[in-house]
Amino acid sequence: MLQTKQLMDIEKIRKDFPILNVKVHGKPLVYLDNAATTQKPEAVINSITDYYENYNANIHRSIHKLGEEATAAYEEAHRKVSDFVNASFEEIIFTKSTTESLNLLAYSLGNKLKSGDEIVISQMEHHSNFVPWQQLAIKKGLKLKFIEIDENGLLKEDSINENITNKTKIVSLTHISNVLGTINNVEEIGKIVHENNALFIVDAAQSVPHMPVDVKKLDCDFLAFSGHKMLGPTGIGVLYGKKDLLEKMDPFLYGGEMIKEVTFEHTKFNDLPWKFEAGTMNIAQGIGLGTAIDYLNKIGMGNIEQHEKELIKYAMEKLNEIKEVEIYGPEADKRSGLIAFNVKDVHAHDTSQILDSEGIAVRAGHHCAMPLASVLGIVASARASFYLYNTKEEIDKLVEGINKVIKVFK
Amino acid sequence: MTQENMDPSFVGEGMYRENILDHYKNPHNKGEIENAEIKFTENNPLCGDVITINLKLNDHKVDDIKFSGQGCAISQAATSMLTDEISGKTLEEIKNIKREDVVNLLGIDVGPVRTKCAVLGLVAIKEGIKEFENK
Ligand SMILES: Cc1ncc(COP(=O)(O)O)c(C=O)c1O
Repeated sequence: MLQTKQLMDIEKIRKDFPILNVKVHGKPLVYLDNAATTQKPEAVINSITDYYENYNANIHRSIHKLGEEATAAYEEAHRKVSDFVNASFEEIIFTKSTTESLNLLAYSLGNKLKSGDEIVISQMEHHSNFVPWQQLAIKKGLKLKFIEIDENGLLKEDSINENITNKTKIVSLTHISNVLGTINNVEEIGKIVHENNALFIVDAAQSVPHMPVDVKKLDCDFLAFSGHKMLGPTGIGVLYGKKDLLEKMDPFLYGGEMIKEVTFEHTKFNDLPWKFEAGTMNIAQGIGLGTAIDYLNKIGMGNIEQHEKELIKYAMEKLNEIKEVEIYGPEADKRSGLIAFNVKDVHAHDTSQILDSEGIAVRAGHHCAMPLASVLGIVASARASFYLYNTKEEIDKLVEGINKVIKVFK
Repeated sequence: MTQENMDPSFVGEGMYRENILDHYKNPHNKGEIENAEIKFTENNPLCGDVITINLKLNDHKVDDIKFSGQGCAISQAATSMLTDEISGKTLEEIKNIKREDVVNLLGIDVGPVRTKCAVLGLVAIKEGIKEFENK
């Protein structure tokens, strides 16, 4: 705890999150479901209210004071997101979520693929980086290949090399697995992808919120993440794409705002990034995401990463001590701040129900990765996932809760 | 058991009463029936619970019932209790069993999310009957 205190003042941070005062079944909330969605600091909640109370207007089209203010705030949020991942302004597109960002890619890139082309994903993908490619492959007669994982939940190196070949057109991989916590070495894999002249997509839903991510350093072609997993509101997601690639791509949605000129015969599309933002966007949510990024920057992504490293190391040690607990995924030093587990002979749902009675929120289920669950040979697992406001004391409570589960089912 | 008999304090660990844990650990009518007229599998994508129901009929009455699959204590215990309940019943009688009846068998307040787990076996039985009758 001492070391953590030097990095970040957790007590002070916790005061910024109104929901952390909530009592659940009469007990203080221990929120360990951050991989599903994170809580919101007061500053984010206030920025959304401020927009609706003081300058609510549509953007990019209203030549009046409120419209100008709203447009400026929304574009400022775009700029903050661009800087946050080291992209340029034209390269950041707002969507509804990671899911929408990935669907946009499957649709827009998929249009140009021909029967026999190959797409490579992995066994550990979330359904949102799985189903769009699977369905595209079925529709267009493409071949979908899967990089395998080893018994420690790491991508097998030989499977990476075998699957990515000169027939590969797209490789889409998760940066961090939302079940195993595995941090994939996307920087190295990206080099192999590019040697084979394929496009490289990174699902960064679980990485951008938890560690510094630099798209130039990763050298990925596209990257997707969600605002609600990084202190921002729901309904706002991000797609990064290299400018030259985005320019060549067809829009995903057509309509207002994404056009420059429309005649009865044809349409000239708008400049980047607006070409991909058709119709009225989630304005308040975009502005809210900008505020969330300000908050994260103030704390420092490096500090957040370090804090979570300490939490996961502590949690792995404590959970490994309980002989009835089975943990999935790699050692602490190869994973991010999340841990999926099962208590022997107890279904994950029952585990999370009993933890809930202690005020502890974890996720139970297949975590939107049913193919992975089948590889692991389980139907479900419980998952505790941490963020900047979690403490070692909360992990102690989790351990107490798990011991209670064991007692009830003895 | 009626709704009034339920103690609203049965939440969290209180949900895991002796009889539920007994049925979970030692389920009744677990297994398969080789030449069952009705065989139906239902799953709950929320938690990955799967239940397969096997019904052997004799003159439109349940002669034998078995279930297989895996899942949480609530889905397994509820199905175990339900299979006891419907032995010997006619298909018409089974069709009249309601979701609340299963919750009442458990005797606890399961809440909206876990009700899906509780009624998984019933859904499998009813869907199985529907499929059988449409054959
Ligand atoms: C690795 C990963 N990819 C994609 C998603 C989908 O995110 P969203 O539901 O915000 O679209 C998630 C969220 O659960 C995730 O963990």
